[in-house]
Amino acid sequence: MKILITIEKNEVAPRFDQTSEILITETDGEKVTGNPRIILLPGTSGDDICGLAIKESVALVICGGIEETHYEYLLWKKIKVVDGVIGPYEQALHFAMANNLKPGIILPGACSWEGYS
Amino acid sequence: MAKKQAHAIFPTDDPLLNKLDLGSLLDSMALGVLFVDRARRVITINRFLEALTGYNREEVLGVHGENVIRSNLLSKGDPVGTVLVSDKTLTLEGDIINQSRKKIPIRFTLSPLKLISGKKAGVMIILEDISLLKDLDSKIHGFSGKERIIGNSLKMQEIFELLPIAAKTDASVLITGETGTGKDLVAEAIHRASNRSRYPFIKVNCGALPEALLESELFGHVRGAFTGADKDKPGMFRLAHGGTLFLTEIGDLSLPLQVKILTVLDDKEFFPVGGSKKISVDVRIITATHRDLGELVRQGNFREDLYYRLNVLRLHLPPLKERDDDFRLLLDHFFREFRANLKKKTKGFSEDCLKLLSSYSYPGNVRELRNIVEYAVNVCGDETIQPQHLPKIMLTKPQIHPPAAPRKERLLPENGTTAVDTEVNSASYTLPAPGGWSEVEKGMILQALTETAGNRSRAAEMLGWSRSKLWRKIKQHRLE
Repeated sequence: MKILITIEKNEVAPRFDQTSEILITETDGEKVTGNPRIILLPGTSGDDICGLAIKESVALVICGGIEETHYEYLLWKKIKVVDGVIGPYEQALHFAMANNLKPGIILPGACSWEGYS
Repeated sequence: MAKKQAHAIFPTDDPLLNKLDLGSLLDSMALGVLFVDRARRVITINRFLEALTGYNREEVLGVHGENVIRSNLLSKGDPVGTVLVSDKTLTLEGDIINQSRKKIPIRFTLSPLKLISGKKAGVMIILEDISLLKDLDSKIHGFSGKERIIGNSLKMQEIFELLPIAAKTDASVLITGETGTGKDLVAEAIHRASNRSRYPFIKVNCGALPEALLESELFGHVRGAFTGADKDKPGMFRLAHGGTLFLTEIGDLSLPLQVKILTVLDDKEFFPVGGSKKISVDVRIITATHRDLGELVRQGNFREDLYYRLNVLRLHLPPLKERDDDFRLLLDHFFREFRANLKKKTKGFSEDCLKLLSSYSYPGNVRELRNIVEYAVNVCGDETIQPQHLPKIMLTKPQIHPPAAPRKERLLPENGTTAVDTEVNSASYTLPAPGGWSEVEKGMILQALTETAGNRSRAAEMLGWSRSKLWRKIKQHRLE
């Protein structure tokens, strides 16, 4: 399965249409196969990322906040979207392979704060 | 496990400040507030921001702030970094995308958070929802698609006189009237004119969801309350805190949910589905229905106590046929609106056309009149709209002039007002309402797709649209 993740540094990017970096990788359901590619986009455009997902025949898009139009468009193109994901993208990928990645999930690695005491 | 604290106060040198309940203070504000520390992690968010973003405060503590608000601020440089470095307050306009995938225009104000000792603790980000301002701006500078309530007739004047009274109080309002008479517009107008206008106005259609889903939608649920409830959901009552909850089609509400609504109205608190902790809310309720609630009470399908609780202020919107003075006003208004929107040079309606329009019964009321005008302005390629430019249904079916239509009147004893239904408005009426331009457009798309054997690229070209526009329209008309 080919997976596209919108990323920012080591995290899933907060917002789909503001992302300039994406990771494309393939998995056999249990582990990553081949070399994941990180693509730097010339600008930030939700339309361009949708176009890239289609061109790359991606089966799953993992992202942060996404507008309804882009979400519906990807679904219409038979691309599954797990949106609203917060946390490190590697963790998101592992959760996806374990079939545990749900829309709106806040991954354990997202919270590094111990609170004030 | 990360240690989380909901209402942390920064350690300060002032013992009084240390004792302040900052959380309650922030929750009373009609603006979204986000505190982030120097590493930009969420220290707290207020209740308004919970409603705006769809996140619970507890679940996002310690998360990077940008992941919660999902703004486009970073496209404007690094304003949080600028505030941390410069100590200046910045005001910027942008937008956020919330959990419902909706883009909301926002005015951001970023200020440094400093301790009394002078030490920088982080940044306070204030988010002001400027959707209304943007709407107003588009009304002034262009077509917005949202018309105001129009009417000079005596019955509408009575409504206009009641609106400010309804806006001044927090009493429940029940809006009744046939379909298409503008119940939603009136509810929103009351909210906008009220002291709650800076807080959310949330509309829930009680007839659109099955009982279990509606209960979760209204009151929220806690994680694990039922299969698939993998996280807490705040619910519309909580999201509307401080503002107005508009429950439309209240007559379709099941009896068990009626009891729960009644409890919230009385106690101003409720238990979320599966929850053991009561949630307190301050929400004004406006309800609407096209049904005769008094009759439902008599049939035992609507609780009498809830009925009296909702029916504190009653507004009955007249059907179009009872607004003779408003017909031309509305017709001209919609004509001007669509002519400007569609950049048409059409000058008006022919005499025959006006006769036909004024003799039609409008079972769909103002909404139907608007659809008919939209259709006619779209279809007409000439200077004057002729009868053939009207929806075919108006030309082929026998017209029923309102005064000639048999009426059955029933007295609503609760306030003495009379609701009048012509036969065409009763349940036995089968004449379908014209779909307006929407139907024409749907037909055009189907024709183009048929002629191109389903080839969307060629169909889009034939229609003079981009592929993405055709895709949007196909989705809109549910033609997949």
